[in-house]
Amino acid sequence: MDWTWFHKFGSPPHVYRLAGVLTPWFAWPAVAAILAGLYGGLVLAPPDYQQGDGFRIIYVHAPSAWLSVMIYATMAAAAFVGLVWRMKVAHAVAASCAGIGAWFTAVSLVTGMLWGKPMWGTYWVWDPRLTAQLILLLLFFGYMALRAGIDDLGRADRASAVLAVVGLVNVPIIRFSVDWWNSIHQAPSVMKLGRPTMPMDMLVPLLLMLLGFTLYFAAVLMVRLRAEVLRRERNASWLKEAVL
Amino acid sequence: MSEFLAMGGYAQFLWPAYALALLALVVNVVVARRALQAARAEVARRLAMQDGAGE
Repeated sequence: MDWTWFHKFGSPPHVYRLAGVLTPWFAWPAVAAILAGLYGGLVLAPPDYQQGDGFRIIYVHAPSAWLSVMIYATMAAAAFVGLVWRMKVAHAVAASCAGIGAWFTAVSLVTGMLWGKPMWGTYWVWDPRLTAQLILLLLFFGYMALRAGIDDLGRADRASAVLAVVGLVNVPIIRFSVDWWNSIHQAPSVMKLGRPTMPMDMLVPLLLMLLGFTLYFAAVLMVRLRAEVLRRERNASWLKEAVL
Repeated sequence: MSEFLAMGGYAQFLWPAYALALLALVVNVVVARRALQAARAEVARRLAMQDGAGE
């Protein structure tokens, strides 16, 4: 097997250039998908027969919640690669994920509270899904605090990577919390028994928002990764052409 | 238009949710771009110092 691609991904100048090339290819489709999803979700989709127009919070809540878990999984996977194969670029990816992930975890929690108040009658309950999502936010904060608290970069990378990988146990808990326990939170309603449970004019905007948020994350991650790679390369010869 | 903004009585919950999501989308772009600009400026500054010391 040809492993040159793997080594290429470990090479900071290659990653710096590649991330720069990829950024607009993620960013513009993200803008298009989010704008189309917003129009579809706020204007075209019919009101829900139970929740009226209140259900439209789903178009920002579900993509944020999806992103929070997806970013954590990305961070933990990158941290794992960094730990096992001692790949510095992988640690840079993990470090770049944390801040974005914390933001969208917070957004998913607050938009969920704003949805819960009119539908459940309360902003917050210590429900399994909600509690697991709050723990996810604390994991992101813990990861960032740990990194900030260790001066030596290599040690910060390794210690925070262990935390990220151990915290991965929370991801299936978030995913299955609504099945394992009696949760007030509804079960996933995009697909059930292989069929969509929503009419198409509600579902398509949701899928567009999920796609748009995912591409958005990829674009922002590329920019952050370039910054992180530059910060880690103190005296490399390629830096001269990179910043010109 | 005012009917659209009223969102069937859910405006007070729905618009703050959308505003927060929009804020997160904007802030993360701004933060990432600033971080890249700062990192590039730092590299440029260090390279200039090295060039100055080498001559």
